[in-house]
Amino acid sequence: MELLLQQILAGLATGTIYACIALAIVMTYQAIGHLNFAQGEMAMFSTFIAWQLTQWGAPYWVAFFVTVAVSFAGGVLIELIVLRPIQHAPVLSHVAVFIGLLAILNSLAGFLWDFNVKPFPTPFGTAPLFANGFIDAHQAGMIAVTLFLLAFLYVFFRFTRVGLAMRAAAHDPVSARLVGIRVGWMTALGWGMAAAIGAIAGMMIAPVVFLEPNMMLGVLLYGFAGAVLGGLTSPAGAVIGGLIVGVIENLAGTFIPVIGGELKLTIALAIIVVVLVMKPQGLLGRPVLHRV
Amino acid sequence: MPAPSEEMIEAIAEPAVPEVPAPRLVGHRGVIFAPLAIALVLPFLVQSFLTFQLTLVLVYAIAIIGLNLLTGFNGQFSLGHSAFYALGAYVAAMLMDKVNFPYAATLPVAGIACFVFGFLFGLPALRLEGVYLALATFALAVATPQILKLSPLEYWTGGVQGIVISKPDAPYGLPLTQDQWLYFFTLLVTVIMTLLAHNLVASRTGRAMMAIRDNPTAARSMGINIALYKSLTFGVSALYTGVAGALGAIVVQFVAPDSFTFFLSITLLVGLVVGGVGWIPGAFFGGAFVLFVPNFAESISKGLSGAVYGVMIILLIFMLPTGAAGLVRAVTQRLRGQNIR
Amino acid sequence: MRNASHCLRAAAIASIAGAVLATASPAFAQKKYDTGATDAELKIGNIMPYSGPASAYAVIGKTEAAFFNKVNAEGGINGRKINFISYDDGYSPPKAVEQARKLVESDGVLLIFQSLGTPSNSAIMKYMNAKKVPQLFVATGATKFGDPKDFPWTMGWQPNYQSEGRIYAKYLMENHPNGKIGILFQNDDYGKDVMKGLKDGLGDKTSMIIAEVPYETSDPTVDSQIVKLKASGADIFLNIATPKFAAQAIKKVAEIGWKPLQIVNNVSNSLGGVLVPAGLDNATGVLSTAYYKDATDPTWKDDPGFKAWSEFMDKYYPDGNRTDGNTVYGYLVGQTLVQVLKQCGDDLTRENVMKQAANLKLDLDMLLPGISVHTTPTSFYPLQQLQMEKFDGTRWQRFGPVISGEVGG
Repeated sequence: MELLLQQILAGLATGTIYACIALAIVMTYQAIGHLNFAQGEMAMFSTFIAWQLTQWGAPYWVAFFVTVAVSFAGGVLIELIVLRPIQHAPVLSHVAVFIGLLAILNSLAGFLWDFNVKPFPTPFGTAPLFANGFIDAHQAGMIAVTLFLLAFLYVFFRFTRVGLAMRAAAHDPVSARLVGIRVGWMTALGWGMAAAIGAIAGMMIAPVVFLEPNMMLGVLLYGFAGAVLGGLTSPAGAVIGGLIVGVIENLAGTFIPVIGGELKLTIALAIIVVVLVMKPQGLLGRPVLHRV
Repeated sequence: MPAPSEEMIEAIAEPAVPEVPAPRLVGHRGVIFAPLAIALVLPFLVQSFLTFQLTLVLVYAIAIIGLNLLTGFNGQFSLGHSAFYALGAYVAAMLMDKVNFPYAATLPVAGIACFVFGFLFGLPALRLEGVYLALATFALAVATPQILKLSPLEYWTGGVQGIVISKPDAPYGLPLTQDQWLYFFTLLVTVIMTLLAHNLVASRTGRAMMAIRDNPTAARSMGINIALYKSLTFGVSALYTGVAGALGAIVVQFVAPDSFTFFLSITLLVGLVVGGVGWIPGAFFGGAFVLFVPNFAESISKGLSGAVYGVMIILLIFMLPTGAAGLVRAVTQRLRGQNIR
Repeated sequence: MRNASHCLRAAAIASIAGAVLATASPAFAQKKYDTGATDAELKIGNIMPYSGPASAYAVIGKTEAAFFNKVNAEGGINGRKINFISYDDGYSPPKAVEQARKLVESDGVLLIFQSLGTPSNSAIMKYMNAKKVPQLFVATGATKFGDPKDFPWTMGWQPNYQSEGRIYAKYLMENHPNGKIGILFQNDDYGKDVMKGLKDGLGDKTSMIIAEVPYETSDPTVDSQIVKLKASGADIFLNIATPKFAAQAIKKVAEIGWKPLQIVNNVSNSLGGVLVPAGLDNATGVLSTAYYKDATDPTWKDDPGFKAWSEFMDKYYPDGNRTDGNTVYGYLVGQTLVQVLKQCGDDLTRENVMKQAANLKLDLDMLLPGISVHTTPTSFYPLQQLQMEKFDGTRWQRFGPVISGEVGG
């Protein structure tokens, strides 16, 4: 029984990582209407920028906010330089460009900062919290930041004009233009926000998994599983989905004999497929309707 | 409310569904026979190593045709084709290793196995569209190496160590090296499968597939059985990629879980886009791109080879948003003296 | 008639002369070359993961390239310069096959040296042996690469993983015979290889192992595995993980208040790469093994071997990260290859290369005292000795004797 509790707690702790990246994925989806497969690499690159700033002597929070700002600008630039010229190209060409971006970011990060694992600082410290340290201060801080981000984004998309305009532009660019929304600006803004949120996620995750160019690969699939489980249209769902995925993965690894540990990714796959087939909108999402 | 701008009007006038260019080359016999003739002579003129590389280009081309059938002609987005490629490769490897199956016979078996698996995967995928299907197939691709490593299956799959296969010799004592023989064998399979794909696409079934892609609701109202066609297409697509995987296994002589990661799916997708979505012959351009360009990128900069590769992909998409198909279409139109606006 | 006998006599003289000359040839120190070797150069092929998940090891390739620059600057080997051709395989087996073929068939190398990674080497092993090209000093500790009977052209270099496992078994049986061992292992060839060595070494005391918990390289953290290990009641923790996961494990062990005897495997005992991220306090007391001198250890400050290495790094690889043990590793293997090629003299056939490689008795100055490189035609494991070390919070302190972990033929 104690082991079960411990594993649930450990699962929640890992789940906070997934929740963070799932939130980034869902917010990006809301902002730009695409699933950004390069999200992980963008987050990783931003985290390296933050790391470099701390290496140059900047205190943590200065590095944090500078990185968020730089990532925002970077996201806007990527949209303007790389994606705007091909906006009329077929969807698959966009995907190919994402892949190109992914390759560039990963390779560049490795070239600039090498592939050795680096510790990344956390502003919350690592003092163990309740239950014999199964959740520590950083993981608690991570949840707090995620929830804060969630609240901020909810308010932004629901109650501000800009947020509403962005959602409209992502959802239906043609109609949005007809009501006077500058879709081009909104898309660029959306990318900037996606990059910024990714940066925050990366900086939260790095202290736990350690910073290296390939750090996001492992996390991304679980993040997608969490986002799908919670519903791609629901930020709160993404967070909850991420936590649930963490717990399920941990329990499966611990209690399914022999292959439990080996099957973790497969379980994430199964979650995605089963949820998508049975309830595509996820736990908290809105059903997607097709107009004839 | 501001007056409608040029931009807005253009946006409305755009077709709801992106056009897929399909340059018509079929009328010109020479265009087909010339490359074929070159292909037949090449292995005798070049080094063994280049023959090996060209064989791999053909293998990728078959896999890309498979992906094209599903994504290009039927509009079902798949990031999971590395799973089918892996299945085909392992079926071939296990048959040759454990049961001493003749290598040529492994291809149909791999194809059928992948067809069944693709069809079965296509069934639940029926309910998924666009980004959701992409996610599901992405998950499949990422989970595949994991499943291949499972310890209960180790006796069959060789686990992490993989399976080593022997390369076949040319039959009937033909004076060909192993590499040359494999090249011709692969070429034969490629030609057959390309012709079959072309016929499929030009047939009623092909039109049904494309109708489903362009306007599913209209297709349904015309009486097309969407569920059946989509699942069948998934199966056929998986079959093609599975046969490619089996061939690939024989050519490389080795299968291991690490050979079939998600990056293979990405490679196939890049090959598809570069060649031209919805144009069968584009697969050859795509296959050549994904085999040779990474080597080229490496020769430019070892440390930044990934970045160079990424830049090249992006540049290519900028110049040719619809891939080689777009280029060929532009060239043939110009040759016919048509205005391209 | 007279012409015929004239011709016959001429032919007889010619053939006798020819025979005399032929038998006299050894006296002329004949040069024998296979593809890749000439009077002026030796082409050496190499395959490394410069991209992809294992790119952290690319440092090895870069160190070796720098080392061969040094050798060339100092006159080469018997007057021949080394042409080191290194390609990227992205840790992907099909790509490794392609690069190996390119090196052998297109670039025409004499041998392939230090190809990295178990999957890549497994993929090319059959090809190399079929083509009879040396696959020399592969950069992996997998035990299967030292099998002269079935694969006479393939040889490893570093202490193989099973040897390492055996050495841990020896140490534990001597010092903690009543211990309960919990193992975290990477669920692949490498992790299982070390475990096999451990179990073989424990013999009939394998009951000491009470928990074996695997992890996959796709797992983001190993926290859940550590929790499970603690719950098993083990008081010895054997950490068979690659650097990132080893660091995560050590950190988690400290965080949940578990205090077992910790042993971390040889691959992951780097101060900068593992212990610092894990937390130096958390890593205090951890044991490991070593076979070469730690460049960050001040003990070696005045050691001539260390100084030589340090000068090499200064001059030929100034960008290199000296806290990364891979730079010492690359230096040492480079020296080993140079020795083999020197021993070949002017007989630079591939067969002779393997013969000399199987005939090494070499002391290298960056190896720990008491450890040397030793091969025979039946033992293709150049290094099989390790020494235990303990981390005291600031640096590794070696203790005890040099232990040998020979794997049975």
